[in-house]
Amino acid sequence: MSSLPRNGRPYAKLASQLFAYACAACAFSSVAILVLLLSQMLRFAWGWLDWQFITSFDSQLSPDKAGVRAALVGSIYLIALTTLFSVPIGVGSAIYLEEYAQRSRWRGIVQTNIANLAGVPSIVYGILGLGLFVRGMQMGAGVLAGALTLTLVVLPIVILASQEALRAVPSTIRQASYALGATRWQTVWHQLLPAALPGIMTGVILALSRALGEAAPLVAIGAAGFVMFTPRGINDSFTALPLQIYNWTENANDDFRIHVAAAGIIVLMVMLICLNATAVFLRYRFGKRIHW
Amino acid sequence: MHFSVLLPKVRPLRRSTLASLLVLLVGLVGCGRTNVVSIDGSSTVFLLSAAIAEEFNEVSPDVKVVVSQAGTGGGFKKFAAGEIQICDASRPITEAEAAACKKNGIEFIKLEVAFDGLAVVVNPANDWCDSITTDQLKTIWRAEAAQSVMKWSDVNPDWPDIELELYGPGTDSGTYDYFTEVINGEAKSSRQDYSPSESDNALVQGVAGDKGSLGYFGLGYYAENTDKLKLLSVDSGDGPIIPTAATVRDGTYKPLARPLYLYVRQDALRNEGVVKYLNYYLDKVNDVSPRVGYVPVPDEVMEANRKTLDAAVPRVAVN
Repeated sequence: MSSLPRNGRPYAKLASQLFAYACAACAFSSVAILVLLLSQMLRFAWGWLDWQFITSFDSQLSPDKAGVRAALVGSIYLIALTTLFSVPIGVGSAIYLEEYAQRSRWRGIVQTNIANLAGVPSIVYGILGLGLFVRGMQMGAGVLAGALTLTLVVLPIVILASQEALRAVPSTIRQASYALGATRWQTVWHQLLPAALPGIMTGVILALSRALGEAAPLVAIGAAGFVMFTPRGINDSFTALPLQIYNWTENANDDFRIHVAAAGIIVLMVMLICLNATAVFLRYRFGKRIHW
Repeated sequence: MHFSVLLPKVRPLRRSTLASLLVLLVGLVGCGRTNVVSIDGSSTVFLLSAAIAEEFNEVSPDVKVVVSQAGTGGGFKKFAAGEIQICDASRPITEAEAAACKKNGIEFIKLEVAFDGLAVVVNPANDWCDSITTDQLKTIWRAEAAQSVMKWSDVNPDWPDIELELYGPGTDSGTYDYFTEVINGEAKSSRQDYSPSESDNALVQGVAGDKGSLGYFGLGYYAENTDKLKLLSVDSGDGPIIPTAATVRDGTYKPLARPLYLYVRQDALRNEGVVKYLNYYLDKVNDVSPRVGYVPVPDEVMEANRKTLDAAVPRVAVN
């Protein structure tokens, strides 16, 4: 034990410790922001967030009658359909790019494009959705058009995450499978996909939590402002949680703007946390079963 | 052949999972469109249409009413494209918009459902101005004022040398169209170096946060925020008039009082749900208007509305 480190810099140890504290402060600041946000929202939503809030439709005039029913069901519909569209297309694309496509220039172009598309702001997809689905294909601003638009938003993320997951499967697995005479299809279906599943699911769920929080593309396609019903079919008008919250914050009445909106935010946050917890759980649960 | 004996112990994807997803999809597609009344347009009229839709839902839950607020201009675009059945409007339809409807074979009727006053507001800390003339408003808001009328003292030398911070609705808003027409003499002719927002709340917050601010928007938003704003009287030559229900209705608060309209597609009246909703609307709107800060229309206007509606409804749908 010497007071001076061997490299001769007297403050090296102190600097090293300070650096550790600084990094810890960075890590805690992000948690602090979350705690601050949640506590603030809980304070505003206190007394407003109850069972009645979950089961009632929106109200235009009475804040104590307002609720998230239409928005909650709308969001669930959207997410279910978005999953249905984005998972097969996304995982299919990833399998093609990872397992089938030759390393050609063409593949490079597609790959670069997907990476760039992942960074395109969602409002751009909203305008595309308005032109393509709502007007072009005459779908109207129903649940189907909304889900297809959100699919556009999350598809690049799903593809990239699935590619990562497939790439993480050791190549020895592929080789062993082929060595035993399996076809490419058998290798993909029986070996690669199950092994990559936890990674794919995590990616998909994180992408879906993004879709759940998107308001901009739904505003762009013209999703409804005020609805007193839940969608029955895929062409029905709908509203979603982020939209509903946005509309409440636009209300002239303070009770709506602060308290009802905060209660809506809590519902959205709880849904997001549930989705992310599912991702963690799936990774843990399925991850355990894979032994190489 | 079972390779899985030798290879990683993971289950292949279950077929039942895929099957159940497929069933869900088919189930969703199987359901058709429900009986829907679709409304879009003015955010001012939205308050009325949505409030009435809410009460209507209690008496006729089988008719689904969807109300959005894209602004009067945005609403008429959708109306002309045949995407909605009813357009909420805070100004009459323009010739260009009517021509677009005609081109697409869309005939319509117009119902006058309420009056709205436009409030001209300043910050509560403003102690130099209680009333403003329409000429002064024009001095402030006309297109030529951009970059030249920047201080209160530029409008009236008696007013202090304080920066003039302007807030107003954006260009898709019927309120903007109406204000620019009656104050500046031409719809959509306005200085552009002000803070625009389609969100009336953002305007309230803006005016409330600045000592030298001035803004205009629907009287309903002032009524909800009386503690944050100071309402100005407007003088159009006959002395300053403060906007109230009485002065808006009897027309003495001029020129900033305007009627609000519903434009209804003629062929949408074949839909029984639309007719039911509109009849309910005309029954209730005079009760709802004061609750959202608007002024009810006189009985003879309501009578005329009923006649227009009855004449337009095809006999079959009325029963």
